[in-house]
Formats: sequence, structure tokens, C-alpha cells
Amino acid sequence: MAIVFDKPKALTDAHLHYCPGCTHGIVHRLVAEAIDALGIEGRTIGIAPVGCSVMAYDYFACDMIEAAHGRAPAVATGVKRSMPENVVFTYQGDGDLASIGLCETVSCACRGENVTIIFINNAIYGMTGGQMAPTSLVGQVTQTSPYGRDAKTQGMPIRICELLASLDAPAYIERVAVNSVANVRKAGKAILKAFRTQVEGKGFSLVEVVSTCPTNWGLTPQKACQWVDEKMIPFYPLGCFRDRE
Amino acid sequence: MTYETIMAGFGGQGLLFSGKVLAHAALIEGKELSWLPSYGPEMRGGTCNCSVIVSDTPVGSPIIAHPNILMVMNEPSLDKFEAAVAPGGAVFVDSSLVPRKVSRTDVDAYYVPATKMAGDMEATSLANMILLGAIVEKLKCVRFGTVLEALKHTISARKASLLDLNVKAVTAGRDFILGA
Amino acid sequence: MKGNEAIAEAAIRAGCRHYFGYPITPQTEIAAYMAKRMPKIGGTFLQAESEIAAINMVYGCASTGRRAMTSSSSPGLSLKAEGISYLAGADLPALIVNVQRGGPGLGGIQPSQSDYFFMTRGPGHGDFRIIVLAPASVQEMADMTRLAFELGEKYRMPAMLLADGTMGQMMEPVELPEAEIDPADVVKGKPWAVTGTQMKRVHNIVNSLYLKPDELERTNIERFERYAKVEKDECLWEEYMMDDAEICVVSCGITARVSKNAIVEARKRGVKVGMIRPKTLYPFPKAPLMAAAEKVKAFLAVELNMGQMKEDVELAVRCSRPVATCNRVGGMIPSADEVTEAIVALAQK
Repeated sequence: MAIVFDKPKALTDAHLHYCPGCTHGIVHRLVAEAIDALGIEGRTIGIAPVGCSVMAYDYFACDMIEAAHGRAPAVATGVKRSMPENVVFTYQGDGDLASIGLCETVSCACRGENVTIIFINNAIYGMTGGQMAPTSLVGQVTQTSPYGRDAKTQGMPIRICELLASLDAPAYIERVAVNSVANVRKAGKAILKAFRTQVEGKGFSLVEVVSTCPTNWGLTPQKACQWVDEKMIPFYPLGCFRDRE
Repeated sequence: MTYETIMAGFGGQGLLFSGKVLAHAALIEGKELSWLPSYGPEMRGGTCNCSVIVSDTPVGSPIIAHPNILMVMNEPSLDKFEAAVAPGGAVFVDSSLVPRKVSRTDVDAYYVPATKMAGDMEATSLANMILLGAIVEKLKCVRFGTVLEALKHTISARKASLLDLNVKAVTAGRDFILGA
Repeated sequence: MKGNEAIAEAAIRAGCRHYFGYPITPQTEIAAYMAKRMPKIGGTFLQAESEIAAINMVYGCASTGRRAMTSSSSPGLSLKAEGISYLAGADLPALIVNVQRGGPGLGGIQPSQSDYFFMTRGPGHGDFRIIVLAPASVQEMADMTRLAFELGEKYRMPAMLLADGTMGQMMEPVELPEAEIDPADVVKGKPWAVTGTQMKRVHNIVNSLYLKPDELERTNIERFERYAKVEKDECLWEEYMMDDAEICVVSCGITARVSKNAIVEARKRGVKVGMIRPKTLYPFPKAPLMAAAEKVKAFLAVELNMGQMKEDVELAVRCSRPVATCNRVGGMIPSADEVTEAIVALAQK
């Protein structure tokens, strides 16, 4: 009997700990598929963040490092400068990348460091139980914005792709979503392209994946996917912001 | 014998450099030595000094409490360090820049119009080297010839054209003190 | 050669090819030296965006088994504390240089030893230690740089060169080791390093997260078993004129140099005084101090803080002898005269 569907080789057999309906599993799979497609698992080093995906080091079969909160781009820089022939990626959430680690993110991009960043934007701090993220939308109710995010006192959400696209150095920046089959396919292509950008030595690549957090949004998985369409994508438009061919 | 030298003045007068040349000469002669700068945001214009110890025995503290050689290139430095000089020590004053005399009577004072001499040589920035030439000739803490050798090592290749002028300056300092 | 430059050159000769730093007085010569040399020998000099980023770059580099280093001065160490804790938690060796200046806060830029507690107690959150070496000459700046790499790798822990501004800025003759260590060799014998699986082994994970309390406890206990070996085997100290001493000065770095002059002076005035100079601050050389306590009347801690090493001396001798202090702070350094007077006063008590 022919096998028509299988787990990517770059994922281990460990059980994922994510909540039901969480899209981290999908993105993990897309990253692993890209690693498989390029045949780079043996020379890839992944860097896990602090946040829901902190234990990504157990899920990816390549060598892994767990970084301090927000510091993954700096750790990636240290690895890449030590072993330029290896493939280095970070996997970070919005609190990690866009809040506590914003300086490391911008500086890494600014240097055009030849690494790949997979950025999960679900507009909330998941692991600590649903607090406001730098990417939370205006009006979004979270544990630390119980009356809805107030732009006057809590500021406006940050658009990372647009911010980084203002820099000269990055080679590839794209925003995708994983709330529909069509979007997942596009996300897979973008992630593959990001890794290929690095393998070809073109420089810094980042894919922002607009994701869901049904648990902390207080929505069913289906409703969460709808919410991405209705609320998230209008503020975080999908598309390519930099493509240095 | 241990020579404990403090060179003091304004930043930009090359005090750290003349100290380095002295230290390097000591190194060439196989002596024990230390060189310690004052450091900080006083690179240009502020007060600046360095401490150089040249000795036949291992150097203990690189910090000099009682210098037996003091070279001063401004009045505040003379005010600051004069009292600390060890009895019997020597004070070398750039008399073009320091209007007053050394007030202590238990030290030997030498007045060298170094900045004026340097100006006459069209090498205004080398008053420090004129004073160094005078010190080395008078006190023999290192040999004069070794200073010339040390200059070759301490002047970077980029500034090699300045070597001759530096040699001229230390020689002028030596000649002045011999004639004094 | 300046002390700071001696560190940089010694690191290169010890096979270090990766330096990550951020400018801060009085250690910037290290960065400047690395910026000049590293590109010419195929190494990495990277001026990071912050002290935090620099130590995390070291963390990444050390994860690959390379000899990685960073350098900073006191305020920068507050920022690096996070990364040092992670290095310790992930059992990674790395060299951190701290050329101390006065504090707290922005403090000043003149020499200090005020980070003594901060560094010797494990600079960062969690229960850990790092090896702390205290050079007192430019020669030791160079020698201890190599030693720090070696000890760090032997015990898989971060190692620090804890100098003061004077040591960094002063020039003295220094002999550097002729034999250079090949950077390719330093990667060998590190099966834990993340260098890519090459599809030949299960993945390596560099990590400090253990959500199961019993597992985390086990890693802490194992780490402290290593620390016990460090304390037993790696203490270094110098004894100076201790044979007939009745007063024992305890001092490190620049104040130990000043104290040597003071001891010579005090002996001229008839005081039998010597010195024990700790060269390792962690592990702290307790045994020679305990042995000295049998013979001397009192100890005198000479340091550039309000009495931090003093407490380690009291602990080492179990308070069996009085421990006095002679200290200056804020960037001031006690003169040899001041130390001499303190010695004589203590002898007359």
C-alpha cells in the first residue's frame, strides 16, 4: 500500500503540547516540510523562544537551542557567525519577538544576518495565560486589557513586517496566515522561500504567520479562524514586503 | 634604583606618548617597568597624566605616591603634584607654560622652555619630547641612545615621517640640559 | 602591552575566534583590538546592539563548541547577568571579562572592585557559580585568559576575568605563549555541541528549562557536585612574606600591588606582615587563610569596595581572628602610605 501522507522527517515523534485548535502545530509542520524539501536537516540549528513554543526544541529533529526571552535573534547571530555553512532559524512569538526582543529583532535584520525567523503573531501572550501583546488589536480584550486595548493609554499594535521593510538589509519579508487551506499552502511556500533565501546566502529572511489562539481568545477553533479573516488580516495585510531576488 | 616618574599637563600635549617612549626604552634595556595612564573623558584639553616606573627590581604598585621625577607641562599639575615629590627628587618644568617656580627647596628644579623651543623647531606638539630628552640626559634612568631606538618602535609606520622630528626634539632637550 | 590588549591577544592565541561586545569604558581597548585582528585571522568581531545581545551571541556561539568571549565593565554586567545565568543553566563554557569601575548606577569610570559580591555569588538569577579569576599584573591578564577558557571547558561553566580599571589600562612587559591553540581543536571533545546532526545522531539540545521539579533539582545538584570539585582542585593564591607574619593582608588586583609596597614599608617599621593574594575569587582559597589564622593575630582586607572580600575572609577563618579593612571606593585607590598606616595601626592594637 502506498503511503500518501506522512509526518515530515524533520519533526520528532514527541507529542505536541499545544492546545486543541492552536495553529503552532501547522506552522511546525510547514517549517519541517521546508527543511525536508531542501534536505538541510543535518546542518540546521533551530532556536526556540520563551512563550508557548518554548518546547519546540523537543519537536524539531535538528539540533536545537533554547534561548532567553526575546534573545533568539542574538543567539542565532552567535551560531551563524560560528558556523556560516549551517542553516539557522528562530521560531518566536509576538511577545518574544515584538516586545522584549524587539531590539534584537531589528538589529539582526539591520545587519542582514543570514538567518531565518519564523514569527508567530496571534495577538496575545499565550503561555502566561492571555495577556495583551504588542500585536493585540485596538479594543481586544485580554487579561491585562480587560476593557479592551485602549490606543490612548496602551498604544497601537506594531506591524513587524512593515517596520522591518523600512530597513535596507533584509532580503525577504512576507506575512502569511494559517486560517484556511489556501492560506496554509501560501504560508508553506513562503516558509520554504525564506529557508531557500538563507541557503542561497541572500541574507535575512522573516515570515510573519498570523495565527490563532482559540484558548485565550475565548473562541472555538473555527470562530478563531474567522476572527483572523475579519479582524487580524484587515490590520495585518498579507503579502510580500521585501523580495530581493 | 627605581625611577618613579609622573608626567602631567593638559590632554593633547602627548604626555601618555612620552611616557610610553620612556617605558619602551626601559623594556629594550631589560628593566622592570610599568606605565599607567589617567584615563577618562579628558583626552583633549583636560588634565592628563601618566605614571612610569623603571626599576632594576620587580615593580610593586604601578601607582606612584611619591615620584622622584616629575615632569609638568601646566601650572595646575605643578600645584597638584609638587608636594608629593620625594625629597631629593627632580622636577622638570616647561617654563614656557608654567609661570611660577618650584617652591620646595628639597628637590632639584629644572626649567626648560620646551614649548617655545618646539615652536622654534616648527614642532609645537613635541615639547613633551624635549622634556623627555632633558630628563633622560640629566638622570640617566635609561640610556639616551635607547630612547632613540624606542622612538622607532613607538611611532607607527603611518607617522614614520615624524620620527626625524621626534629625534630632533629629544636631542634638543638633551643639548639644552647639557648647556644649562 | 596594555592589560586590555593582553587579554585580547591571549584569547586569540587560546583559539578564540569569536568576540561579541559593546563599548564601555574602561575596557574598550579589548573590542578595538579584536576589531583589528579578528577579520585578518578569519574570526568574528561583532559590535552588538547591547550588552544583552552580546552575551546572548556568546551563548549561541558557545553552543556550537567554539571558544566565545565578551567583555564589559560593571554597568554592562548588570545587563549580561541574564545571559550568564542561561550559560550556567545550559552548562556552557564561555569567557566574560569584567574590567570593573565604580558604582552603583552609572557610577564613575575609575577603578573599583565593587562587583566582588555580584560576580563571586553567581551573577544572575538562580543557584549557580562562575569561575572568577583576579589578575594583578598584565602578565596575569594574559595567563588567566587562557586559564579561564580551560577551566570553563573542564567544568562546563562560564569563567570570568575580574579585573579593575587600573589593570586594564596599565602597560607592563608581558610574555605571551608562543604555542597558539588551533581554533579547530577547541571544538573537539564536545559531544554536547550543536553543530548539526549530519543525520548521524539524535539531535542535541542546549537548554536550561526543566519543568519537572525533580529533574531541575537533579541538574542543580549535579552542577554543585562539579562546583565542589572546582573548590577542591582549582584554588589559586600567592603568599608574600608570610613565613613569620603576624598580620596578614588579603587583597587582589591593584590593591594587592599597592599592598606589596606597603608591606615592605611596614616591615621597615618593624611590623611582621605578609599577604595572601587570592588569584581565584571563586573558588575562594579558604585553606591557606585557615592555615594562616593559626599563626597571625589579625587579617587586613585591602579592597576597592566597602568590605566585600572581608566577609569571605571572615567566613574562611570562621571569624577566629579579627578582620579589619583598609578600603577606598568610588574610583579612589588607597595609597601605599594609607595601607602602611592601616597595617601599623592594626599591629599596635
